[in-house]
Amino acid sequence: MEIKLTTGSSLEIEESNYKFDARVPDGPLEKRWKNKKDQLELIAPPNRRNFRVIVVGTGLAGASAAATLGQLGYRVTVFCYQDSPRRAHSIAAQGGINAAKNYQNDNDSTWRLFYETIKGGDYRARESNVYRLAELSVNIIDQAVAQGVPFARDYAGYLDNRSFGGVRVARTFYAKGQTGQQLLLGAYQALMRQVDKGNVTIYPRHEMLDVVLIDGKARGVVVRDLVTGEIKSFAAEAVILATGGYSNVYYLSTNAKGSNATAIWRAHKKGAAFANPCFTQIHPTCIPPSGEYQSKLTLMSESLRNDGRIWVPKKKGDKRNPKEIPENERDYYLERIYPAYGNLVPRDIASRAAKRMCDAGYGVGPNGIGVYLDFSDAIKRLGKEVIEARYGNLFDMYEKITGDSPWEVPMKIYPAPHYTMGGLWVDYHLMSTIPGLFVIGEANFSDHGANRLGASALMQCLADGYFIIPNTIADYLAPMLTEKKVDTDHPEFKKSIENVKSTIDRLLSTKGKYSVDHYHRTLGKIMWDKCGMSRNAKGLSEAIEEIKGLREEYWNEVKVPGDNNELNQSLEKAMRVADFMELAELMCIDALAREESCGGHFREEFATPEGEALRNDEKFSFVSCWFWNGEVGKWAFAKEDLVFEFVKPTVRSYK
Amino acid sequence: MKLKLKIWRQKNSSSPGQFVDYTVDNISPDMSFLEMLDVLNERLIEEGKDPVAFDHDCREGICGTCGMMINGVAHGPLPGTTTCQLHMRHFKDGDTIVIEPFRADTFPVIKDLIVNRNAFDRIIKAGGYISVNTGSAPEANSTRVAKSIADTAFEAAACIGCGACVAQCPNASASLFVAAKIAHLNILPHGQPERRQRTIQMINQMIEEGFGSCSNFRECEAVCPKEISVDFIAFLNKEFIKSIWK
Ligand SMILES: Cc1cc2nc3c(=O)[nH]c(=O)nc-3n(C[C@H](O)[C@H](O)[C@H](O)COP(=O)(O)OP(=O)(O)OC[C@H]3O[C@@H](n4cnc5c(N)ncnc54)[C@H](O)[C@@H]3O)c2cc1C
Ligand code: SF4
Ligand code: FES
Repeated sequence: MEIKLTTGSSLEIEESNYKFDARVPDGPLEKRWKNKKDQLELIAPPNRRNFRVIVVGTGLAGASAAATLGQLGYRVTVFCYQDSPRRAHSIAAQGGINAAKNYQNDNDSTWRLFYETIKGGDYRARESNVYRLAELSVNIIDQAVAQGVPFARDYAGYLDNRSFGGVRVARTFYAKGQTGQQLLLGAYQALMRQVDKGNVTIYPRHEMLDVVLIDGKARGVVVRDLVTGEIKSFAAEAVILATGGYSNVYYLSTNAKGSNATAIWRAHKKGAAFANPCFTQIHPTCIPPSGEYQSKLTLMSESLRNDGRIWVPKKKGDKRNPKEIPENERDYYLERIYPAYGNLVPRDIASRAAKRMCDAGYGVGPNGIGVYLDFSDAIKRLGKEVIEARYGNLFDMYEKITGDSPWEVPMKIYPAPHYTMGGLWVDYHLMSTIPGLFVIGEANFSDHGANRLGASALMQCLADGYFIIPNTIADYLAPMLTEKKVDTDHPEFKKSIENVKSTIDRLLSTKGKYSVDHYHRTLGKIMWDKCGMSRNAKGLSEAIEEIKGLREEYWNEVKVPGDNNELNQSLEKAMRVADFMELAELMCIDALAREESCGGHFREEFATPEGEALRNDEKFSFVSCWFWNGEVGKWAFAKEDLVFEFVKPTVRSYK
Repeated sequence: MKLKLKIWRQKNSSSPGQFVDYTVDNISPDMSFLEMLDVLNERLIEEGKDPVAFDHDCREGICGTCGMMINGVAHGPLPGTTTCQLHMRHFKDGDTIVIEPFRADTFPVIKDLIVNRNAFDRIIKAGGYISVNTGSAPEANSTRVAKSIADTAFEAAACIGCGACVAQCPNASASLFVAAKIAHLNILPHGQPERRQRTIQMINQMIEEGFGSCSNFRECEAVCPKEISVDFIAFLNKEFIKSIWK
């Protein structure tokens, strides 16, 4: 196919005839996972020691997978770039985790969680995967509570719940504003228990830089020891990537500074299809940037929308102190436009509404990029104590960053890149298009379609890690029991090490003018302006050209001080940014090719007269999959068609 | 703002280090402390010099990666705040700021401001968990936990493992870190079966790692970014006595 750019040139995209077999079982939806499990191969406990499994990443997905695989008796090797597995970015999740327990008796069910996730994702996810996720959600809570995760409880000692955007039941479990931390500590502790038992070996401060394929199968990884710079390789019978999302392609995002796409990108370049790269989530409630030096954006949990009310002044450019703006001169625009869900509309809807308000001149704060999130009514209604218990630590965090107290003045918030629904394509077994390469957690594309509902990422990571991968990986490994094991003497390992070293040498020897951060910021700005909250053909076409130019300049002008044989943070960043520069181009191409608006992907050309997303199910009810074709800019495209057997895609309305 | 910085520079664990003076200009009060260091580093890189290495990741006060001594205080002057959440509005134009790595024999310096805190992972590995295999957990609401117990467990579990308590303690004791984890797990009903063994194993590991003992200076509590209370250390001591007498 040919994609015309508005800049005059056009992109020649090869159409691949790759046939995706998602290995989805058939039968009634609620029996599918059970049926699948009954059919999966098993490995007898004493034989599991024969299998080496590599897990890259120790967030909720990686830690839960590695702990469980260790417990089952596999020999597990784990890598993370932080100094301790406990610091993976899952730690920063604030608001909560969903589960269809129906503890509140508000008529919740597996079906509802499934249905809301499919609808919330704007009908761009696989029904069977999502149903399984909803089913497993309840086991996650049991597991976490048994590990000692201190979820919030009511006065009778039972688990408490709250509500999140896009749903009308209270099914979110939480531990103040530190749910991710508490869940991750549970998984990390389970992991350390397996280390103690000798089933798992952990390499912190190691960054994966390549996956090694032998005869088409994933057989190991090449990593860089971030302290000594040594390039090492590890062989295994299967590799699991649990390396998180790629929101840092925007430079400013809510992700940790080290969050990167390198692991999945290198796997992509080795043959793993990248699915829906343009599906990114812009979170509505973040602290607006304050200056050029800004290094990251801080999320204010979505749970704040349970009690906070979002508004802007009715008068454009109203610079009055918010407290002096009387009630009838405030526009509570979410409550006005979406009365059924009000302040709890899904994220994509809330973000775009905020952008529309600010673009139209109603924004608040020094540069007009912000809307108010106001707690004064809630404080009046519920009292300070209740609000303190629910959001105290979030209020403190806000005050630390901005110097303003939300007890005194409304918070100012603005959307920021937060989560990436896109990722490596996986089948129902969570295996990528490379046999033996599994991808779990945010790094895969699976369950959230074009938009993720709040509190569903933690659920997916832990479903993948605790309950899915341990079963499906056995099915892959079982037939390999008598096979001869490979080791790192294999020439493919040598080749991969040479490649990695030559990239490092090239970056170190460029000795150009500008720092890596300079390029990362420039890339981020292009992406935010042209492939961010709303997109159009003109912007995307320009972005593609600009990224190409920037990439060329990067490889000629970047300045990476120091050398390889030491702890070198500039070099670490330089490699990550090099990968972001390629991924960014693919995101723009994907966004340009998808001529519809769905979920977080909003194309201005495809909108209703009121400015809401206009999906095109006839033409775009598929997963866009991209294969690396030897060179950046030359991808091959294939699709996995989405079939809806149980829900009927409708216009997603929250009015 | 214009500031003078005295920063500890050390190439690696085997070379000696020394303070180096820098000045930074045009620092906005809204910048975070780490953003101020970013500004310095960007300039050093453009001048062809080696930037200052420091650990950081989430930059929102929760991952526990960041941490340095700022004018002799772990995480700097603001109570209950990690280095990454400290903002420049708490400094004055013309200030001199002394920046060093966390100092403790158990936390060897890797480079500049980066130290090795793996000893903490080894303490957790020694018993800082509740043994429950994936799949064998009972229905979550089958055990009720009094709200007050759950809340106390949460307060203890809020520890981010940053190591500031060790760095500030004159004895380089890890008591606050260890106490927080033992309290979290030992007071929950789910943690009872392993209570004694957990206490003994974690304390033994703490001693084996070479962390000092607690002499009630309470400096740990003062710098802890999560404001973990030293009451937990009292709890730890009781747990230890109960464990060995049993
Ligand atoms: C601020 C914030 C708040 C959030 N709040 C919520 C919430 O309330 N509820 C919810 O459901 N979701 C929330 N999310 C989303 C959710 O936290 C993430 O999607 C999820 O935690 C991702 O987990 P993960 O295990 O896939 O990856 P991560 O936790 O990001 O872990 C990635 C791991 O991979 C390692 N790694 C990465 N690259 C490499 C490499 N090249 N080599 C070696 N190791 C590597 C890292 O060291 C790390 O261990 C939030 C996200 C953010 C950013
Ligand atoms: S107790 Fe406080 S200072 Fe010590 S590691 Fe935990 S959070 Fe850091
Ligand atoms: S960088 Fe995570 S706590 Fe400071």
